[in-house]
Amino acid sequence: MTISPSQPASSMSDRPSSPKSLPAAAVCDAVTFRRAILTLPRWLSVMAILSTAAITLALLCLQIGTQYVSIVEVGRIIGRAFGVSETVANGSSITDTIVLQLRMPRVLLGFLVGSSLASVGVILQALLRNPLADPYILGVSSGAALGVSLAVLFGLGGMAWLIPTLPIYGFFGGLLALVVLYRMSASYDRLPVHSVLLAGVILNAIFSALIMFITSIMEPNRAFGMMAWLMGSLTSTADHTLVALAIYLVLCLAWLFKQVNVLNILTLGEEPARSLGVDTERAKRGILITAALVTGAVVSVSGMIGFIGMVVPHAVRLVLGPDHRLLLPASALVGGMVLMMADTFARSFFAPSELPVGIMTALAGGPFFIYLLVWRKDRLA
Amino acid sequence: MMPEQVAYEARSLFFRYGSAHDRTSWAVQDVSLQVKAGEILGIVGPNGSGKTSLLKLLAKIVRPHTGEITLFGQSLGSASHQEVARQVAFVPQDNQPAFSFSVAETVLMGRFPHRHSSYWGYAFGWESQEDCAVAQQAMRTMDVAHLANRSVMELSGGERQRAVIARALTQTPRVLLLDEPTAFLDLKHHLEICSVLRALKEEHGLTIVMVSHDLNLASQHCDRILMLKDGAVAATGSPADVMSPEVLRAVYGCQVLVDSHPESGLPRVTLPRQLH
Repeated sequence: MTISPSQPASSMSDRPSSPKSLPAAAVCDAVTFRRAILTLPRWLSVMAILSTAAITLALLCLQIGTQYVSIVEVGRIIGRAFGVSETVANGSSITDTIVLQLRMPRVLLGFLVGSSLASVGVILQALLRNPLADPYILGVSSGAALGVSLAVLFGLGGMAWLIPTLPIYGFFGGLLALVVLYRMSASYDRLPVHSVLLAGVILNAIFSALIMFITSIMEPNRAFGMMAWLMGSLTSTADHTLVALAIYLVLCLAWLFKQVNVLNILTLGEEPARSLGVDTERAKRGILITAALVTGAVVSVSGMIGFIGMVVPHAVRLVLGPDHRLLLPASALVGGMVLMMADTFARSFFAPSELPVGIMTALAGGPFFIYLLVWRKDRLA
Repeated sequence: MMPEQVAYEARSLFFRYGSAHDRTSWAVQDVSLQVKAGEILGIVGPNGSGKTSLLKLLAKIVRPHTGEITLFGQSLGSASHQEVARQVAFVPQDNQPAFSFSVAETVLMGRFPHRHSSYWGYAFGWESQEDCAVAQQAMRTMDVAHLANRSVMELSGGERQRAVIARALTQTPRVLLLDEPTAFLDLKHHLEICSVLRALKEEHGLTIVMVSHDLNLASQHCDRILMLKDGAVAATGSPADVMSPEVLRAVYGCQVLVDSHPESGLPRVTLPRQLH
C-alpha cells in the first residue's frame, strides 16, 4: 500500500517529482477512474440518443390507430399545423383532425404521464433506498386516487381560474401515503426492503377499500366513469387541461432535476448524507412533497397506471448505472416512451374497443416485479 | 501549524434519542471534552456507553439536547451542514450500499460539500479536474485505486471500509471522525489503516477522533483516550493513565491484565482466561 505523502487537498501539480515518480499503473488508474464515473460526453450522447428515440417513437405512434396514416402524411400534417407546408385539399381535414386532435394529445399525455411516473419511481427508490419502490405498489397512487374520488363524490374539483383543482386533492391523498411510509422506514435504523413493500400493500388495501366504498354510494353512471378512470386510461382530456398539466409537471420535474446530486448522496442513508453536508430534513421534505404533487396530478388525469415507476428506473439503472444525473432524465424519457407505446397498443389492438392502459402495464410489469423479488433477492437484501 | 490550537471544545453535552418529551435515559450525559488540533483522540467504553452518539454529536448528525460544541472556535450549532462537511468527515460503521455505484463514484461523493449551490453547480455540475485529482489521491492513499470500476456492492467488508475512508479524505477535512474503523478488517488491513491514520496526523496535522471497541488499538495509536460509561466520562488522559486495571475494572466490570507492549512500551490489555 502506498501511504501517500501528499495531502489529499493538494493536486499533483504542486509536487514536481510526482508525475515522474508515478508508475504506469497510476496513468492506468486515471483511465479506469474516468471510465468508472459519469462524464459529460457520456451524458450528452445517451441523452441525445434517447431524445431522438422519443421523438421518432412519438411520430410512429401518431401513425397507428383505427385509420393508418403514413409517416410522410403525419409529417405533412404537423408541418401544416405549424404553418410550414402549405394547406392542400379539403379532403385531408378529417385525417388532420384524427392526427392533431385525437392522437396528438393522447401521445403527448402518454409521454408526460409516463415520464412523471418513472421520475417519481426514481426518487422514491433513492429516498427509501429500495430498488422496488413505485408509487403504485407503495399505495401513493391509491392515496392520490382516494383524494380525487372524495373530491368527485362531494362535487369538488372543478376549475379555478382555468386551473384544474383535482390534482390538489390527489396531492393530499398521495402525501398522506408518503408520510406514513417515510415515517415507518425512518423510525427504524434500517427497515428491510420487504417491510416497506408490505406497508405499501397494506396502505393500498385500505385506500382501495375506501375508494370502492365511495364508488358504491355514487350514482351508477358516475360510478361507471369512476371505474373506467381508476383502471388507468389516457382518454378524455380537454386541451387546456393537458396544457395546464404539462406546465405543472414540467415545473415539478425541473425542481426534481435540481436534486439529482442530493439524491445520489441520499442513497447512502440519512446519517451519512447529513455528514456529507446535505440538509436532509429540508431535502426530504421537498422531495416527498414534489413526489406527491406529481403523483396527484398524474393520477387525477390518468387514474392508476402501475409498475412504470418501478420497472423503468430499474431497467435504466441496470444499463446506465445508478448516478441520478443520468438516471432521472433517462428514466423520464424511457418512461414516456414506454407509456406512449403501451397506450398506442391499448387503443389500437382491440380497435374499435379500447383496453385500459393501466391493465396493460400491470400485466406486463407485475411478472417483472415478481421476478426481481424472487430471483434477484441477493441484490435487494 | 499551531500546535496549541483547539479543534473541538464541548461543554456539558446532554443527548438522547427520540423527542424531548421521552423519559428515556440519556445516551450522552454531561460530557465535556476538548480535542486539540492534530491529535488522535480515542473514545472507548462498554457497549451502549454512548460512544457513537458522542461521535454523531461532533459530526452534527444529531444535535445535543443541551450543551454547546465549538469547532475551531466556531459554534457547530449555527454552522450549516455543508460548512461542517467541509471541515469534518465522518466514517460510519455500517456502510451497506443500496445501489451499485462504482467505487470511483462513491469516493467522488466526498466532493459534495465543495459544490456551489447554483442550479447547475448543485444539480448537474460535473466534477472538476481538481475534484478528480483529490479523489484519485485519496483512493491511492487508501489502496483502492485499482477498484475504481468495481461496484461497491461487490466489495469485501475491508475494501468497502477503505473506500469509505477514501470518500472521507476526498472531503479534504481538517477533522476525521471514525466509528469502529477496523471492525471489519483482517490483521493486515487493520495495521494499514492504523498507519495511514498516523501518517495523516503526522504529515498533514489532521485531527482524528475514533470510536473503538478495541482497547489495544486505542492504546497503541491514540494520543489521548476518553473512556465513557453510561453516557458519562469515566476517565480521560493518556493511554498510560487510562489503561490501568483499576479503571478498566470500574468501567467494564471485569478484571483484565495490563502489561507493556513489547514494541512501544504502551499499555497492553489482555483478557484473563476466566472471569474473576
